[in-house]
Amino acid sequence: MIWQIDFYLLVILIITAVVALEIRDLLASVALLTGYSFFMALLFAQMGSVDVAFTEAALGAGVTGVFLVCALFFLERRSAD
Amino acid sequence: MKWLSLFILGLVMALLIYAETDLPDRGDPEAPANQHVSPLYLERTVEDTHTPNAVTSVLADYRGYDTLGETVVIFTAGIACVLILMRRRSDDNQIRKPNS
Amino acid sequence: MITRYESPIVEVVCRVIVPFVQVFALYVITHGHYGPGGGFQGGVILAASFLLLRLCLGGELAHQKLPPRLAIALGAFGVLLYGLTGLVPMMAGGQYLDYGHLPIPGVSGAELRYVGILIVEIGIAFGVLGIMVGIFDNLVERQS
Repeated sequence: MIWQIDFYLLVILIITAVVALEIRDLLASVALLTGYSFFMALLFAQMGSVDVAFTEAALGAGVTGVFLVCALFFLERRSAD
Repeated sequence: MKWLSLFILGLVMALLIYAETDLPDRGDPEAPANQHVSPLYLERTVEDTHTPNAVTSVLADYRGYDTLGETVVIFTAGIACVLILMRRRSDDNQIRKPNS
Repeated sequence: MITRYESPIVEVVCRVIVPFVQVFALYVITHGHYGPGGGFQGGVILAASFLLLRLCLGGELAHQKLPPRLAIALGAFGVLLYGLTGLVPMMAGGQYLDYGHLPIPGVSGAELRYVGILIVEIGIAFGVLGIMVGIFDNLVERQS
């Protein structure tokens, strides 16, 4: 267990989460959410739970991004607030 | 109002961090959660199921009923999504028909 | 219905990549006994390969590979496979989901539980595949 990797992954994770909430462009928000899932998967893999990391990488960083982008077709591009 | 909620959030965070210091370390074999049946599963997984990956044997064999429930929940949620999306489409058709 | 993306590069890359993704998904499903993986992850990767087909080739061609109705039916079949795998040992005298009593000739004991886990993983993979593809098909369908 290397605590530096843990620490930097956590910092990047929190930055992506906050930016995904605050940004106005919804497409960029979706991209940041998939990035968040990817860093979450890295964090899981670093903790040693490879199965959970695999699921997170396949679902969160893969299929969910496709679904959210498809849902964006039916929405306004800019967030209201 | 915003500062009040931020203050309450900070308070809850401090409380959680204070409570976290009492928890056992991650992966600690002496932790109470790892004392009951986990060692038995880890020891017997190869002779019981010929499966070296203990995660799979616990997920699909020892706790198979749990995974069955999980699969049914995923299936039900997906079917609900599909039905809602179908409903939206047919509603649009009904709205559009008088116009065209 | 997604229209076809008119670009030879995208189409060739999609046609080359998809078989490898599907073989990797089958590997993940069947290799869940020895390493990371299992029915859930493999099913999601298999569904992602079909989503790639639908995105690149458009609805008309990709629906020939896996029709939307068949996808939902596959999902239901997967969950049913899991439930029946639990029910069959009950008929043979065991308990629910006790794979040691599966009536498969030639295997016994721990091997039988191994085969039971494999069947259950395949059921989960079918269920997840069907649900993912079904949601995608109903999501992108244009109101027409």
